[in-house]
Amino acid sequence: MAEKSPAADVEAGLLAHLNSAGEVPDSRSFASSLGVSHLELVGVIKSLSAFRIVESKDIIKEAWVLTEEAKGYVAKGSPEAQLVAAIPPEGVSKDALKAKLGDAFDVGMKAAARNKWIGFEKGNKDLVLRKVESVMDELQEQLRRLENGEAVPDKVIDDLKRRKLIMKEKSIWHSLKKGPEFVLKRKTLATDVTTEHLRSGDWKDLEFKDYNYGAQGQPIAKGYVQPLMEVREAIENIFIMMGFTEMPTNNFVESSFWNFDALFQPQQHPARDSHDTFFLKAPATTQQLPEDYLEKVKLVHQSGGYGSKGYVYDWKRDEAEKNLLRTHTTAVSTRMLYKLAQEKPFAPKRYYSIDRVFRNEAVDRTHLAEFHQIEGLICDYGLTLGDLIGVLEDFFSSLGMSKLRFKPAYNPYTEPSMEIFSYHDGLKKWVEVGNSGMFRPEMLLPMGLPEGVNVIAWGLSLERPTMILYGIDNIRDLFGPKVDFNLIKSNPLCRLGL
Amino acid sequence: MPTVSVGRDRLFAALGRTYTQEEFKALCFEFGIELDDVTTEKAIIRKEKHLEDDGEVDDDDEVIYKIEVAANRYDLLCLEGLARALRVFTGTEGSPVFQVSSIPRGSILQMHVKPETSKIRPYVVCAVLRGVAFDEARYNSFIDLQDKLHQNICRKRTLVAIGTHDLDTLQGPFSYEALPPHEINFVPLKQNSPVYPVIYDSNRTVLSLPPIINGAHSAITLATRNIFIECTATDLTKANIVLNTMVTMFSEYCETKFEVEPVEVVHYDGRKTVYPDLSCYKMDVSLYDILGPIGISQDEKQVVCPLNKMQLQAESHSLKGEPRISVSVPPTRSDILHARDLLEDIAIAYGFNNVPKSKPKCMTIGGRQPLNRFSDKIHAEVARGGYMEVLTFILFSHEENFDMLNRADDKSKAVIIANPRTSEFEVVRTSLMSCLLKTLKHNIDHPRPIKIFEVGDVVMLDSSRDVGASNNRRLAALYCNMVSGFEAYANLIKLSRKLWDWWILDSIVKVVRAPHVNFGENYYVPTDEPEFFPKRQCKIVTSDGKQVGYLGIVHAEVLRKFGIPDPCTFVEMDLEALL
Repeated sequence: MAEKSPAADVEAGLLAHLNSAGEVPDSRSFASSLGVSHLELVGVIKSLSAFRIVESKDIIKEAWVLTEEAKGYVAKGSPEAQLVAAIPPEGVSKDALKAKLGDAFDVGMKAAARNKWIGFEKGNKDLVLRKVESVMDELQEQLRRLENGEAVPDKVIDDLKRRKLIMKEKSIWHSLKKGPEFVLKRKTLATDVTTEHLRSGDWKDLEFKDYNYGAQGQPIAKGYVQPLMEVREAIENIFIMMGFTEMPTNNFVESSFWNFDALFQPQQHPARDSHDTFFLKAPATTQQLPEDYLEKVKLVHQSGGYGSKGYVYDWKRDEAEKNLLRTHTTAVSTRMLYKLAQEKPFAPKRYYSIDRVFRNEAVDRTHLAEFHQIEGLICDYGLTLGDLIGVLEDFFSSLGMSKLRFKPAYNPYTEPSMEIFSYHDGLKKWVEVGNSGMFRPEMLLPMGLPEGVNVIAWGLSLERPTMILYGIDNIRDLFGPKVDFNLIKSNPLCRLGL
Repeated sequence: MPTVSVGRDRLFAALGRTYTQEEFKALCFEFGIELDDVTTEKAIIRKEKHLEDDGEVDDDDEVIYKIEVAANRYDLLCLEGLARALRVFTGTEGSPVFQVSSIPRGSILQMHVKPETSKIRPYVVCAVLRGVAFDEARYNSFIDLQDKLHQNICRKRTLVAIGTHDLDTLQGPFSYEALPPHEINFVPLKQNSPVYPVIYDSNRTVLSLPPIINGAHSAITLATRNIFIECTATDLTKANIVLNTMVTMFSEYCETKFEVEPVEVVHYDGRKTVYPDLSCYKMDVSLYDILGPIGISQDEKQVVCPLNKMQLQAESHSLKGEPRISVSVPPTRSDILHARDLLEDIAIAYGFNNVPKSKPKCMTIGGRQPLNRFSDKIHAEVARGGYMEVLTFILFSHEENFDMLNRADDKSKAVIIANPRTSEFEVVRTSLMSCLLKTLKHNIDHPRPIKIFEVGDVVMLDSSRDVGASNNRRLAALYCNMVSGFEAYANLIKLSRKLWDWWILDSIVKVVRAPHVNFGENYYVPTDEPEFFPKRQCKIVTSDGKQVGYLGIVHAEVLRKFGIPDPCTFVEMDLEALL
């Protein structure tokens, strides 16, 4: 056990007294009866009152207290008494008395003369004689009584006040009763568990002080993950669970050929406008294109083939060589499918990617010049639109979107093309969540993929579902240098797929 | 996707019935168009003039439906075509059959093309609509359709420009010429060419100066009955689509409905071609080929009906016992290029939402790109080290990527954007340093210390790649506090101080060690780069001397340029070199 503190003794004394006497009318006198300062007792009273072990009532009194000078008189006697005591029977010279009494001499001389306690030899005003055998030191007595809080006549008070021996002072003390939670001995409440508690076995008797659960703790230095990256990881896991392999998308610079032409996107298509696409000054053009394949792509645009009329226009190599920042990750999918077509025999694939794409668009609450595209595709013989719908339902239900609807749409490289809508319970409406379709034969056959092989694919942005998920309505609050660190710190776990 | 505005009441009148808004929306969804907005003429004017909505609902005010249509369906760009397509889709009527009227040889209108046109705008196609009955709404629709075509397929008149004229004010034959500007009374704006295209009638009346100006003389009015349409172009296929769209839409109001009078275009080399070509494109496909990829099975008769609903005249037959469908694609459906397009129309008519769900059967094994998996591991390592991940853009201003970092552009590294919309998008980042400093600036009031990091790609010019540039995966971390983050080790004899970021670096160096990734005893080599304080910077090298990263205390000038008041240390590492 820890040593008992003096406060513990005071507390024990107080509680014992209250237990037997039932009350303490005056904390001040109780303190002196215990032999402790009143201040010390007040500390204990406050602690006990807080737990309603005692009930304390304030007593406020204005009382006369002694000045420092007066306190000296209580100890050594009044100046006049001191003076008389200092006079030997044969008398003494004023100078000798002054030397002995110091400051008290002048006051003492006057008062002693008034009281007729002293006299002077005739003809020699310098020799002070004692005229009484002993003196009754009334001032000392009055001061002592005042100090003890005893009653003193008003006349005396006035006199002491005039002599600047007393001052008025406000003092607070307490009357005490047993409180509703009164106990003779209260338990000491522990605030923490220490190694010592565990070692000694004290923990068995520990009773804990209440925590303030609402109080803010000191923040700890920890790391944080960007919310968008958390969602990306969750979606990645969904793809991998569904047997999809990630495509290498770390090539932001792409040629128009792989970004557009190979996808059977005609050269006059509005997406190829400088208003929509970032073209490059350096490196302005691509240096290498697969010539055999390029020739097939050119023909299918220019005059068709593979069962198609084609777009029938003058296809220009210059257009295809223009470099750009890829506008969609489908440029990578196209490279991957071309590569797959060169591998014999054909083997089915499921591919996915989540990476950045770039649009030369004005930035606003819902648009950024760069954002992340999620893309999934399956390539195999005999895939159907029904397969696409089935896969989309699997994929989107993992994202918490189980009610889907499909709307016909147009996209130059998919046919059929379907916009994907999901019913949003919070918004109580159908919201567009992505695009999907089957790649056109004009795109797949020039690559050399076998006849009968279909590709079903879908795409969506990473930002939009994340914004819906976290209730963020400005895309710049989620992605880019203006994101508030506090958002990153306070963002909840991504629960997709849980 | 283009949006077409049509009066609701006129649309419903053309559809022969009314719909509630919900019913109409559902119909649009099925057909693959979208009711984008419902508004009124007055609301549109208010919006244009930026006036407050006074909330007054005027019963007389016509309700306007704004309908979004597919970008390749030019036949849906006006009320006439939209209503027709929906009527056929709902089975209210059959597909129209368009005809070119038979004109006795000799009385056919001619357009003579002069050789100079080949230098600037080589193609022209023409047609005539006879006995057109305009009212105000029809007239407006006629003008609007030209506008929509110009905005979409015509690519702002660059590919095709339409001129429509009151034929009764003109005298054929016409001529399509290209003349030096001083020989023409008008000079069109924004063209820089020795010759300009112009169309004359036989009285040398200027019909138009393609692609911008149509003459006032022959302008059509509400009273116009006979319309001469010419489309000049740089792309003949598109010129035909545009002409066909104009005549198939508005021959509906001709004296003989859906009949168009041809015009003979006489080429300077003597070739003669009669336009418009309203013939149907014939396709013959096996039933299996168009049903298989949808994943439904139907007999040939069941397929004919949905094709007809999409204005595609279909008939079933069989070849060697295999059921086949022959389809006539009308001139309105220029979007049909391949059997795959028929398949889509069948699927739409069948209803995407009625297609039975199935699962792809192929067995594949999922997996990740090693670089991305590796990046994620490093990312986790740094986050465990107490850093906060940020995600920034790759596009920057030239100044941010170079000058603000005290770096010079030697033109050998950065990818430069040719057409940036604003200065924010001038270059692709070559380091993550600006990214983190910029992000810090936007959070400058955040309590210190601030520890942020990013794992992302920079792009460098790279002549070994087909496109001439390649990505490089980087890790960057930044520490900002009132003091620079030096950790002093008083008990060490020599002055050994370490930057805060050094700890994360040491930890990365420790975890990435592999048989092929070696670091010697001293992998820090002092450097003298302008973005850092002198003697407070170094590079990180592997045991074979290859630099894989660098770090230092950011130079005061750099901090000032980014508006950062407190010391920062910064480290950047090439993750691909550590993979």
